[in-house]
Amino acid sequence: MSAWEFLRNNWSDLALRAQEHLTLVLVSTLIAVIIGVPLGILLTRRQSLRGPVLGAASVMQTVPSLALFGLLIPLPFIGGIRERPAIVALVLYALLPIIRNTVTGILGVDRSVREAAVAMGMTDRQILWQVELPLAMGVILTGVRVATVICVGVTTIAAAVGAGGLGVYIFRGLRQNDNYLLLAGAVPAALMALLADFGLGLLEKRFDVRNQQAEQSGRPLLKRSKLAWALLAAILCLVAALAWRGAYSTAGTPQTSPERVTVGSKDFTESVILGEMAAQLLEARGLFVERRFELGGNLAHDALISGQIDLYPEYTGTSYTAILHHQPITDPRAVYEQVKREYAENFHTEVSAPLGFSNDFAILVRGTDARRLNLKTISDVAPHAARMRAGLGQDFMSRADGYPGFSRAYGLKFSGRPREMDLSLTYRALAAGQVDLIAGNSTDGLIAALDLVQLEDDRHYFPPYEAVILIREETLARIPVAAEALARLHNAISTDEMRRLNYEVDGKKRDAKTVVREWIIKQGPGKN
Amino acid sequence: MVASKNDALPVEFRHVSYSVPGVAAPIISDLNLKIERSETLVLLGESGCGKTTTLKLVNRLLLPTEGEVLVEGRTTDQWDAIRLRRQTGYVIQEAGLFPHFTVERNVALVPALEGWEAGRVRERVRELLELVGLDPQKFASRYPRDLSGGQRQRVGVARALAAEPPLLLLDEPFGALDPLTRAALQKEFAELSRRLGKTVIFVTHDVREALLLASRIGLMHAGRLVLMETPAGFLRSQEPHARAYIETLRLDEELSASLTRRSV
Repeated sequence: MSAWEFLRNNWSDLALRAQEHLTLVLVSTLIAVIIGVPLGILLTRRQSLRGPVLGAASVMQTVPSLALFGLLIPLPFIGGIRERPAIVALVLYALLPIIRNTVTGILGVDRSVREAAVAMGMTDRQILWQVELPLAMGVILTGVRVATVICVGVTTIAAAVGAGGLGVYIFRGLRQNDNYLLLAGAVPAALMALLADFGLGLLEKRFDVRNQQAEQSGRPLLKRSKLAWALLAAILCLVAALAWRGAYSTAGTPQTSPERVTVGSKDFTESVILGEMAAQLLEARGLFVERRFELGGNLAHDALISGQIDLYPEYTGTSYTAILHHQPITDPRAVYEQVKREYAENFHTEVSAPLGFSNDFAILVRGTDARRLNLKTISDVAPHAARMRAGLGQDFMSRADGYPGFSRAYGLKFSGRPREMDLSLTYRALAAGQVDLIAGNSTDGLIAALDLVQLEDDRHYFPPYEAVILIREETLARIPVAAEALARLHNAISTDEMRRLNYEVDGKKRDAKTVVREWIIKQGPGKN
Repeated sequence: MVASKNDALPVEFRHVSYSVPGVAAPIISDLNLKIERSETLVLLGESGCGKTTTLKLVNRLLLPTEGEVLVEGRTTDQWDAIRLRRQTGYVIQEAGLFPHFTVERNVALVPALEGWEAGRVRERVRELLELVGLDPQKFASRYPRDLSGGQRQRVGVARALAAEPPLLLLDEPFGALDPLTRAALQKEFAELSRRLGKTVIFVTHDVREALLLASRIGLMHAGRLVLMETPAGFLRSQEPHARAYIETLRLDEELSASLTRRSV
């Protein structure tokens, strides 16, 4: 696929993401200015507050953005998913440069000028508005510029909490190892940052007293402020328009609108495909479906419990260990039954019948190694483990049914500590010979494509991960037709079929929507 | 402006001391001063002697820690600080012009704050620029950075005079200028203050300037007033600090005399 084709196919979505991105940046920066400038002014009047406030703002900025987003999710009012926590986090990042530059700018006003202003009998308010702010404006605008550029960058990470923006492409690109997707997110974000930097730089120059050219004719000051006001008004209009559109498009939470269903998915291809299947089946019944896909970590679960999404695809093993915190067991039936019971009790959530395949942990080695060393089961690896390097996803390293129990169960001692890396990168690392064994997913389309071999879990260590749909009981009561629509997924997808669908999207870089549409057509009319 | 109906002095210091917390030596101790209407009192002394502080006590940029400062018969803490400052002209060494204001807006500052009608303000600015020897046509719309040091000081004086204050405070206004510009401005200012009949307190460390401008010279040393004399009386004084200043004048004369002899 050429870059041109890619652009043509994704143009409207790309524009939407860019608009989301811009809205987040503008709204956050605006809020940060509204908070930061008055706070900065206050700090110039109350010296005792200066250290603590600037210190707190600095600390805020050292918190890694992904961690900050994560910390915000469980908080009421400012937390959750989508735009709100993103804006809160962005504002927190943007505050420091704005507060600091406001303080620096005002305190930097020439002492003799300030003294003259006081001695001429100007009130504190007059000094602030007529002397300090105009003279500090250049420095304050530098702060706003820095804050804006920071926001453009940090907003790419906001995609992880479902806030949208260009980060959606970057995350997707990383996951699918697709450079087009990566660039589709990164290049517009970089351009946006450059444009913001350049545009605000121009505005800043106009306000910089030292650089102003002597303007001899007319009333230059009036002209200057008119231009500045016009610019400011234009920016405000843009923000208002975007915010209004944003409010409009997200108006009506799932609870309030009877015909509306919000479908979520986790942040990997298979979950997106399953979510898309559910979404298209619901749409076929005339429901209005809002998609909240690619939610990272436990976000999909949190969003389901808090009612921000109505349903999402999940795996019984994940619910059993990661959500319900049980020790892993290996009987699929027992896991399914217990998850179903506890979800009903604890979360008022219905667990659908299994979709037909399970996405288990798959211990993978290169086909060439498997054939050379005659590896068929995980136990076969033990004698060779000392010469093998393992590369494992962060998830696998930390979870209850992950690496520590796994290596104990099979008595595996690898050469050195396993390399901990992003799951999608482990496949490339294995194929490229940089590691020799990885823990992937059994349905991954790349297994066949990269000539990898899945080793049998002969000691039955890994718990079963049967795919199901989790749906709120409240949603089922509100929209009875949803259950009928989703019933078509029951036992409808085999492991091979899922592997193929994953490969269509990951390997062939096809659009998940199209792949799912074809799949539904192939399935033929519903059984019911 | 407030031509006082009573016979209160424009400015009076009564046993005024000023000290900064945490600093042992007071900046001013037990200062007594009576300033007559329409006189030009020059406070003379080296840096750190407390002359600038004395000036700041008059328009309530500072309040005395002991004693009281009276302006038009009222202590400065009874005055509304804003009112007091608006009817007290103030000129400082670096002029302190607002760099983002044109010359016109700088001069018009206090009248504008006082809510004068625009036409009257413009007229007043024109008048003042002419008074300080700047062509309004040429200078009104310029910014301070386009002016020379001397021109800026002229604008500073014009700004101080704008709202017709009866009292004018000047803190080494010509201190940072080159000698020729300074001499010219000193001469013009002497002329101007005689013509306007303002009450002036003028701070300087330049004894020539003091002798040229003063109706009385107050000599300060280490926070105290050590001598209060007319220029003529100052030249005759035996007070040791005054003698030291007069000595510098004598040295200048001797130097020029010897140079003249040598060249003959």
